[in-house]
Amino acid sequence: MMNILELNGITKNFGGIHALSGVDLNLEAGQVLGLMGDNGAGKSTLIKIIAGSFPPTSGTISLSGKPVNFARPREARDAGIEVVHQDLALCDNLTASMNVFLGREIVRKIGPFRFLNRTAMNEQAAELFADLKSETRPKDLVRQMSGGQRQAVAIARTRLSQPNIVIMDEPTAAISVRQVAEVLDLIRRLQRAGLAVILISHRMPDVFSVCDRVVVLRRGTKVADKPVTETSPEEVTGLITGAIETA
Amino acid sequence: MNPHNTTGEMEPDTGTDWFGLAARYAAPIFLVGLVLVFALLQPNFLHPLNLLNVLRQVSISGLIAIGMTFVILTAGIDLSVGSLVALAGLVGAYVFKGGLDNRFAIGAEAVTGNPVIYAVLAAIAVGIIGGALQGLAITRLKVPPFVVTLGGLSVFRGAALLFSGGGPISGFRPEYTWWGQGRIGIVPVPVIMFFLAAAIAHIVLKHTRFGMHVYAVGGNSAASDLNGVNTRRVTFMVYVIVGFCCGLAAFLLSARLNSAEAVAGMGLELDVIAAVVIGGTSLFGGVGSIFGTVVGALLIGVLRNGLVLMNVSSFVQQIVIGLILIAAVAFDQYAASRSRA
Ligand SMILES: Nc1ncnc2c1ncn2[C@@H]1O[C@H](COP(=O)(O)OP(=O)(O)O)[C@@H](O)[C@H]1O
Ligand SMILES: [Mg+2]
Repeated sequence: MMNILELNGITKNFGGIHALSGVDLNLEAGQVLGLMGDNGAGKSTLIKIIAGSFPPTSGTISLSGKPVNFARPREARDAGIEVVHQDLALCDNLTASMNVFLGREIVRKIGPFRFLNRTAMNEQAAELFADLKSETRPKDLVRQMSGGQRQAVAIARTRLSQPNIVIMDEPTAAISVRQVAEVLDLIRRLQRAGLAVILISHRMPDVFSVCDRVVVLRRGTKVADKPVTETSPEEVTGLITGAIETA
Repeated sequence: MNPHNTTGEMEPDTGTDWFGLAARYAAPIFLVGLVLVFALLQPNFLHPLNLLNVLRQVSISGLIAIGMTFVILTAGIDLSVGSLVALAGLVGAYVFKGGLDNRFAIGAEAVTGNPVIYAVLAAIAVGIIGGALQGLAITRLKVPPFVVTLGGLSVFRGAALLFSGGGPISGFRPEYTWWGQGRIGIVPVPVIMFFLAAAIAHIVLKHTRFGMHVYAVGGNSAASDLNGVNTRRVTFMVYVIVGFCCGLAAFLLSARLNSAEAVAGMGLELDVIAAVVIGGTSLFGGVGSIFGTVVGALLIGVLRNGLVLMNVSSFVQQIVIGLILIAAVAFDQYAASRSRA
């Protein structure tokens, strides 16, 4: 099967900091990949490179066999990659609905002018929130929301387009048990719809319940890449901490 | 005076937030209170001609405050507006006169070189170019807005002095001065321009994609960028917009004074920034409205006018307005820390 995403020798240096060194990664459609590693291992850096936030220092990225070079996040999004960033990337001063549609607002043409169609955006956002079983209300300001509601806003964004790849950077770090179950359920639905998912998480049970494969990064290097059926939480923990060198 | 939600949305019904309500309507309440006080103390205050006079006096700085609202919403600032007004006004007047040869000709006999429309366009072009240059320095060279526009304040003033050789260009024909002194019905032309600009700016901010992006950049620039907002272009554009307002205001001011001068607009940034901030736009960015800015501009105008009617010296007015500005920002800080908690 053709790899929907292929990373070859991805290296990223921030000044003297070697955040990533020579990371290779393949992802197939319908696959859920668990990306694990200690804080500072380079997980967020890797997904930001995939998402077009910044280019790698060296290495190549291909989508369905075609090499790509994203100059800005918008290009990655247009190529079918949706990301839930670790900090959620929300504007606190805007409503839930405006955050969902930020950068791809629905507009209505009146003569030569285009005006925001808030009604349409609010209605569509309400549907997305209902779909995510979140009680987030479209017109609420993000500033006034709970962690779970904020999470729902960031995840709802990924449902606006028909992406091929959805990446979630620690989506379950700050939410309740019930909400975690909803997020995992969503990931399973995405998988059934044939999407590829990358899940960054510190929670072993989450990774072992929804992921097909687990990749472990340690200090910027990939130290393991195997099917979850061939590993165990104990082995992954050892790989993350360095107690086990590679696997 | 920091409204918690002025991005044109409904508040959620989570019980009555008395502080939020008070904060949101502080400026309008203060304005109404001030009008009542002056009306009681000075019966002349409520005379329609006096009220129109107040509007006329705030129209120039108010027009620029509308542009400044865009800038401050992105968490920026423009200190150069007064100097840019001087430069743009001189260039507009120069174009109208077709040179410096008859710069002092007075009254209806004054020689005209070019149609008024050329003068307007020239003044606006200078404003836009000035704003664009500052916008480029801010977005490309990554120099903070405070520094760029502080430099601009000096550069544009120097350019105005150099351009005019220090003296004024004065004495325009009526088709020019009408824009500053004329009336449509009983309403002075600059007042109409002010409200027209306010209406357009309001629609742009609340009902267009660009307006939404202005709020987004002020709220969280990095997040806006990640979501595909061209933050650099938005930031650049707000300085172009305030530059446009400076150009138009410069023309109206020279028409009203029947003179364009290199020393015009000295200290104008105080009234402009005060109107925006007193009107509830947060210096932290992301929160505020054109409605608030209009209220802020009126508040300053009413205060000045009322104090004049009560024979309070202009020195004291300066002090009062400065103190109110500081109080408004203190209030904003308090509101911001309260909403973070
Ligand atoms: N923008 C940046 N500038 C400088 N250093 C960075 C930047 N982003 C990440 N780093 C560094 O790169 C390393 C990897 O960080 P990150 O990818 O955020 O790790 P993780 O998400 O696995 O916790 C860390 O040492 C971090 O300090
Ligand atoms: Mg991270």
